Amino acid sequence: MATGTAATISEPSFLEYKSGFRSWFYTTDHKRIGILYLVSISIFFIIAGSIAIVMRAELFTPESNIVSPHTYNVLFTLHGSLMVFFFIVPGISASLGNFLIPLMIGARDVAFPKLNLGSYWLYLIGAAILLFALLEPADTGWTFYTPYSAKTNTNVILLTLGIFVLGFSSILTGLNFIVTIHKMRAPGMTWHRLPLFIWALYSTAILQLLATPVVGITLLLLIAERTLGIGFFDPDKGGDPVLFQNFFWFYSHPAVYIMIIPAMGVISEILPVFSRKPIFGYKAIAYSSVAIAIISFFVWAHHLFVAGISETAAIIFSFLTFLVAVPTAIKVFNWLATLYKGSIQFHSAMLYALSFLFLFTVGGLTGLHVGALAADIHLHDTYFVVAHMHYVMIGGTVMGFFGALHFWYPKWFGKMLDDTLGKIAWFFVFIGFNVTFFPQFFLGVQGMPRRYATYLPEFESLMKLSTIGSWILAIGMIIMAYNLIKSLYSGEKAPDNPYNSLSLEWQTSSPPILENFKEIPVVTDWSYGYGKKG
Amino acid sequence: MNWVPEAASSFAGKVDGVLWFVTVLSIVFFILITVLLIYFSFKYKRKTENDYTPYITGNQTLEIIWTVIPSILLFVIFAYGLIVYKEMRTPPGDAVEVNVTAKQWIWIFKYQNGKSTINELFVQHNRPVKMVMRADDVLHSFFVPAFRVKQDLVPGMYTQLWFNPTKIGTYDLFCAEYCGTGHSQMLAKVYVMSPEAFSRWEKGDEEETTTFASTKSPEELGKDMYSKNGCAACHSIDGSAGVGPTFKALYGKNESLQDGTTIEVDENYLRESILIPQAKVVQGFAPSMPSFKGILTDEEIDALIAYIKSLK
Repeated sequence: MATGTAATISEPSFLEYKSGFRSWFYTTDHKRIGILYLVSISIFFIIAGSIAIVMRAELFTPESNIVSPHTYNVLFTLHGSLMVFFFIVPGISASLGNFLIPLMIGARDVAFPKLNLGSYWLYLIGAAILLFALLEPADTGWTFYTPYSAKTNTNVILLTLGIFVLGFSSILTGLNFIVTIHKMRAPGMTWHRLPLFIWALYSTAILQLLATPVVGITLLLLIAERTLGIGFFDPDKGGDPVLFQNFFWFYSHPAVYIMIIPAMGVISEILPVFSRKPIFGYKAIAYSSVAIAIISFFVWAHHLFVAGISETAAIIFSFLTFLVAVPTAIKVFNWLATLYKGSIQFHSAMLYALSFLFLFTVGGLTGLHVGALAADIHLHDTYFVVAHMHYVMIGGTVMGFFGALHFWYPKWFGKMLDDTLGKIAWFFVFIGFNVTFFPQFFLGVQGMPRRYATYLPEFESLMKLSTIGSWILAIGMIIMAYNLIKSLYSGEKAPDNPYNSLSLEWQTSSPPILENFKEIPVVTDWSYGYGKKG
Repeated sequence: MNWVPEAASSFAGKVDGVLWFVTVLSIVFFILITVLLIYFSFKYKRKTENDYTPYITGNQTLEIIWTVIPSILLFVIFAYGLIVYKEMRTPPGDAVEVNVTAKQWIWIFKYQNGKSTINELFVQHNRPVKMVMRADDVLHSFFVPAFRVKQDLVPGMYTQLWFNPTKIGTYDLFCAEYCGTGHSQMLAKVYVMSPEAFSRWEKGDEEETTTFASTKSPEELGKDMYSKNGCAACHSIDGSAGVGPTFKALYGKNESLQDGTTIEVDENYLRESILIPQAKVVQGFAPSMPSFKGILTDEEIDALIAYIKSLK
C-alpha cells in the first residue's frame, strides 16, 4: 500500500505522448523498451515454435519424409538456439522486467535509460547477425558441442557470433536492473517490502551478470578454433572436447534459472491477487530465489554424467543437484499454501499460474530422475530429458510468461483482454502441451534417443501422439495470439486497477504516464496485505 | 504396455529399482500437490467480491517441515542412485574386453581373438564384458537401453563401460550423442549368445559363411552387407540425397569428381571407393567416408558391388 498516488491522471500515456518510428527506435522509456523486447521475442517465439511444428510433423512417421535428416538437424539447432537465446533468456526478464521494475519499485525509469536502449540495440544486432546465419544454418544443436561444431561445414560462426552479441545485451540488462533495484526504490520501499517479482529479477540479474561472460568467451574460443585453428578443444592439438561442455554448462545451467526464476516471480504476484490472500512465506520465497541463483553455479556438471568426467566429480555434482531441489520445493509449497482459505478467482492469468504449479511440479520431480546417478545413465540424452526440459521451460517459464501477459496486459496497453477467449486458449494450450510432452517421458524411458531425424518403428505410436499434441498446442497459441492482437483494437478500456491489486504498478494510470507516477509514491506497507487481520 | 525396456543385464533391474523409487516418490508428491491445488481451487472458489479472507503470512513450523522432509528424501534418492551407479561403473576383474571405435556413422568392435565386426556386437550370455571405447572424429555415445548402459565416446581419450548380459537375445544399440547428419542411422545390434553359439562364432566364421554362401545370391548378400555395415546412414537406395551419393542407378553413371574430371562408375571405382574412399570424391560431397579396408572381405565387397549394380 502506498500513499501519494493520484487516482485520476489526465496526462497522455507513454503509448500516446509521441508517435512515429523514431519515437520508438530512440526511446529511453523503460516501458517502450519493454514493448520493443516483447514484440521481438514474440517474433522469435513464433518462428521457433513453427520450426517445432515442422519437426513434430517430420517425426509423425519413423522415416524421413518431409525434410531430409540434415534439414531436421538444422531445424532442431535453430529451434533450440532461437528459443533459448532469443526468446526465453531475454523473455520475461527483458520484456516484463523492463516494463515492471521501475513501476513496481516506484521509480521513473531504470538507472541507466540510455544503456537500456543500447542493450536493446545489441539484441537487434544479434538478431541481424542471426538472419545472415540463416543463409547457411548450423547443424550442431543449440549446445554447439565440440569437436562436431569445430568440424561441420555449416556456418557455426555466425550463429555463435549472434549469440555472443546477445550475451552483452543480457549482461548490460542485468547490470541495469541490479543498480535500479538498489538505488531507485521509492521512499519506504524496503527490501522486505519489495514485490517477489523484483526479488526474482534481482536474482536473475546476478546470474546474467556473472554467468553470461563465460558462454561469451566459450563461443569466442570456438570461433577461434574454427577460424584460426587454435586447438582449445581439439585433442589432436592438445585440447579437450569435454572442456567445452564444462564451459558451456557453467553458463547454461545457471541460464536455466535465468529462464525460470522470473516466471517464479510472476507466479508470486498473480497468486495473491486472485486469492485475495497475502503471499505465504514471503521471506522463504525471496531467499530461496537467491539460494537457487547461488547454488545453480555449482551444478553444471550434472549435464556431463556420461560425458567422460570422473566418477568422483559425478557424485559431487549429483549431490549438489539435489541441494538445488530444496529451495525449489519450498517455493512450490508456499505458493500452494497461499491458496489456502483464499477467495480464488479463475481469471485467465490465474489459470496459467495454477498450470505453472501443476506442470512445474512435474518438471521438477522428473528432474530428480535425471539427478540420480544410476537413473541418469539410462535417461541421459533420451526423450525423457527432452520432456523434463520442456516441462520446466514451457510448463514453467512459458506458462509464467503467458500468465504475466494476461495479468499485466491492461496496465501495459490500457485495454482489457477477452477473458473467455483467454480461457479457451488456455484450455488448448494446457491439453496440447501435456499431450505433446507427457508421452515423451515414456519414449525416453523406453530408450528413444533425442535429436533423431528417423527412429525405430517401435516408438511410432507415442511419437504420433506427441505430434498430435503439438497441433492442439498450436491451436491454443493461435487463439491466444488472436485475443492479444484483437484486444488492442477492440478491447474494453482498462481501469487503472482492474484486479484491486495493492502493488505499486496498479496505483498509476493504465497505461502509465511517461514518467510512471505524478509524484513518487511513499511506501508504507508491503504489497501483499490482502485479507483481514486478526 | 511396457513401462521400461526388457531388463537384460545384471544391473538393469537395480537401475529400474532407482527409477521406480524416484517415480513412486514423485507420484506421491505430485498427488499431494495436485490434490491440494484442485481442492483449494474449488473449495475456496470466489463466491462474492467481498469474500472474507484471513491475513495469513506464513508459518514457521510448516516452513521447517517442508524444508526438512524433502531434504531427507532427496538425500535418500541421491544415496540410492549413487550406490547403483558405483556398481555400474566398477567392472569385475574377469570382464572380457572389447575395443569399440565409433566414427561417423558406424560402430566398429574389435575382439580379443582378433576378429572385428561392424554394427554388430557379439557377447556371451552371463559373461561380463568391458567396452574400451574411443571416438575417431566427433562425440558419440554407446547406449543399449536393455542393459541400462550409456557412455560417451570422446576423441583423444578412452572411456569405458561394462555389463553382464543376462538374457539371450538381440538388442538395439543407439548412438545417443548427436554426431551429425547420419546420427539417427548410427544403430547397431547386440547379440547375446549362448556359450556354445558364442564359441562357434568365436572360432571361425562358419556361421557367417554358411548363412551367406549357401542360400543367398550375391545381390541378397550385398543387401545384408548394406544394412549391416552402416552404408544406409549415408547412401540411400531410393535416389534421395544423403551425406554420400545415392546407390540408385549409380552403376554406369558418369560422376564428376572434385578435381574436375569425370569417371564412369564401374566395379573398380566402387571397390576403390570402399577401400580408399578419399581417392576419388564425387563433387558436392565431403570426404568423410571411413575406409572399410580390413573390415569387409573380398567376397563381401563383391556382394556389395553386385547389390549396387542391381539398384537400377
